[in-house]
Amino acid sequence: MSDERINIPYRGTPEQEKELAELIARYKGTKSPLIPVLEQAQDIFGYLPEKALKIISEELQVSLAKIYGVVTFYSFFSLYPKGKYNISVCLGTACYVKGSGQIYDKLQSALGITGGQCTEDGKFSLEACRCIGACGLAPVMTVNGEVHGRLTADMVDGILAQYE
Amino acid sequence: MITIEQLQEIKEKNQDIVNFRKEHGERGNGKYRSHVLVCAGTGCTSSGSQKIADKLEEEIKAAGLEEEVCVIRTGCHGLCALGPVMIIYPEAAFYSNMELEHVPEIVSEHLVKGNVVTKYLYQETVTEDGIISMNQTNFYKPQNRVALRNCGVINPECINEYIGTGGYQALAKVLTTMSREDVVKCITDSGLRGRGGGGFPTGKKWQFAMGGEPGVQKYVCCNADEGDPGAFMDRSVLEGDPHVVFEAMAIAGYVIGANQGYIYVRAEYPIAVDRLNIALAQAREYGVLGDNIFGTGFSFDIDLRLGAGAFVCGEETALMTSIEGNRGEPRPRPPFPAVKGLFGQPTILNNVETWANIPQIILKGADWFAGMGTEKSRGTKVFALGGKINNVGLVEIPMGTTLREVVENIGGGIPNGKKFKAAQTGGPSGGCISLENYDVPIDYDNLVSIGSMMGSGGLIVMDEDDCMVDIAKFFLEFTVDESCGKCTPCRIGTKRLLELLNKITDGKAEMEDLDRMVELCNLIKENSLCALGQTAPNPVLSTYKYFKDEYIAHVKDKKCPAGKCKNLVSYHIDAEKCIGCGLCKKNCPGDAITGEKKQPHEIDTAKCLKCGVCMTKCKKDAIYKA
Ligand SMILES: Cc1cc2nc3c(=O)[nH]c(=O)nc-3n(C[C@H](O)[C@H](O)[C@H](O)COP(=O)(O)O)c2cc1C
Ligand code: FES
Repeated sequence: MSDERINIPYRGTPEQEKELAELIARYKGTKSPLIPVLEQAQDIFGYLPEKALKIISEELQVSLAKIYGVVTFYSFFSLYPKGKYNISVCLGTACYVKGSGQIYDKLQSALGITGGQCTEDGKFSLEACRCIGACGLAPVMTVNGEVHGRLTADMVDGILAQYE
Repeated sequence: MITIEQLQEIKEKNQDIVNFRKEHGERGNGKYRSHVLVCAGTGCTSSGSQKIADKLEEEIKAAGLEEEVCVIRTGCHGLCALGPVMIIYPEAAFYSNMELEHVPEIVSEHLVKGNVVTKYLYQETVTEDGIISMNQTNFYKPQNRVALRNCGVINPECINEYIGTGGYQALAKVLTTMSREDVVKCITDSGLRGRGGGGFPTGKKWQFAMGGEPGVQKYVCCNADEGDPGAFMDRSVLEGDPHVVFEAMAIAGYVIGANQGYIYVRAEYPIAVDRLNIALAQAREYGVLGDNIFGTGFSFDIDLRLGAGAFVCGEETALMTSIEGNRGEPRPRPPFPAVKGLFGQPTILNNVETWANIPQIILKGADWFAGMGTEKSRGTKVFALGGKINNVGLVEIPMGTTLREVVENIGGGIPNGKKFKAAQTGGPSGGCISLENYDVPIDYDNLVSIGSMMGSGGLIVMDEDDCMVDIAKFFLEFTVDESCGKCTPCRIGTKRLLELLNKITDGKAEMEDLDRMVELCNLIKENSLCALGQTAPNPVLSTYKYFKDEYIAHVKDKKCPAGKCKNLVSYHIDAEKCIGCGLCKKNCPGDAITGEKKQPHEIDTAKCLKCGVCMTKCKKDAIYKA
């Protein structure tokens, strides 16, 4: 986690906080609730804001240090917000052999960011993932979960334009 | 809670429906005269199959056929490369590469008038004498579907269809007619070995967990973390036939005396998670999971736990630490999970595909299963064919099939007339199979003896354009990323190994580095805590063993023979051939190409990103690598 991301203003709404409270209530007292709660909290906020982690820590009686250890261990969790459109390029074996590395390079140069970053206007974020199970369409990428397959580097601009 | 008699009734009511869906299937008492099976697995969904299914329903309704024709969204049919695919019964017509525009014609011609629209069929099923079933094609004919038997056949969101295929009969049989020992003997005699990679005999594993004090809390887990990037068979079973996993886990629960199961499934598999949740609710409603199943006094329930994107969590002890809500770091073994597993209690863990074989073994007997495959590897194995192969998709073949058969016949060969170079199995823990082992029967032990391993069944084919050093580096990058950091040989050793590989692909290595590389590989293998580290050097060692020349070319000649390693190739334009059309210039992402219209162009090697786009765009073959 790079330092510039630490001071992200918290923009959680009361509705989101209410949802979080309900979520915690559902899991309180069950066996090993931490990871499922974090997963669904991330669904609510789009990432895991510090404030949410503090609430989870207090309510579930788990230390913030332990939560931080868990959050940073799993690549699924994010401590910073993603772009409005989150692009994820598959670098699984099937996709890699079919040239997904070039797609990734092309996206980095087209967006002017490196993997793991977000464009300045907050529109696009870029990350790599490993096999979404659509190897039949390799190479693939997803934009907010929507799959684009059988890619070639020259299709990238056109796809980005769909999300302008 | 349903009784065994009620289970029987549901089966009888639904078996005609599912039996109709095969070649020459009988309609019996089934309501619909035609069944349209649209693949709704991840592959076909990604290429738009849901929209096709919606459109079909709309057109069928408009044609007034909704009482005669049904649309079923199934799991994966296997031939993902041709997606979206659909099959219409009773003709068993296999439509491939479906497009929305094809739907109205198929409805009006095929479903209304009864004329199969052959131009939209998978062309291999079209012969001079009419259409043949997909089971007669090269892709499907050598296959034998056991674990995948319901995938692409039933509606995975309908428990009645599963019961119609004989679902939950094995659980009923076990609970009412077999002792725990009978079940273990049956599984042991079948010769079933774990499909998650290690190949440990399943019966033996269960036996270990049977003992102990009566009344001790025990657990049954399903490993659906499917970490090998490029393998997707477990996902397909979960998406296409979720109940088979529940049934098998309940059987194991009865054997070892557990009342709780957990399925650990990757969060990256949203469709599978949805279907599992739907299936869980239905199974609980019917009481085939829950308290007092079939009134026998046996209780068993299952919960889902989502993986959060850490490869090491596929390792059994790490998986259990993760379910417990911690960082998924492995624990030393012994104690083995059968003694001290989840929450410190005796636990068995099996892979999805292993589970999917169990109910059939119980119903058809150990001998039936042991009759397939090779002496030490019984049954079938599902492989995910990917990479440079025409028929990308899932195949289930008897153990002992050769790689040649898989690639050339079932897989339909290599695209663009390129030559086979190697196949990678076992993912980041495995190795490459080269041409010299093309005819070795694939089973657990043979793969290990040629320096690879079965793994979960990912099989990635590579052609002459792939650089084996680059592939080794690719897997090492993966393990460096995924090493959990708990033990030093794996955390630091793999990192140093990757640095060595980078040196080689950058053209900066010396011959001594190759010796250092092998030494380091052996150190990591021998000293790592868990199998992630112990197997991490395999991709390097196996490519080095079979493609030593290629390593040496990088080191000595500073050349990448496949032209893949960026720092060892440069792109040039042949001025004789270039007609100055400007296509390369237009498509170059690095603005590295200059030239006037109709004049030969030039590549500025300093600016060139070496992406190779220009080469694929040039119509005159004027661009070459050196
Ligand atoms: C690093 C690592 C990753 C693994 N990933 C998986 C996996 O994704 N799926 C799986 O079923 N087994 C995986 N395994 C194997 C499991 O540890 C375990 O042996 C297996 O799930 C047992 O089930 P089986 O006997 O039915 O194969 C992995 C092992 C290691 C060391
Ligand atoms: S490797 Fe990319 S989807 Fe499987």
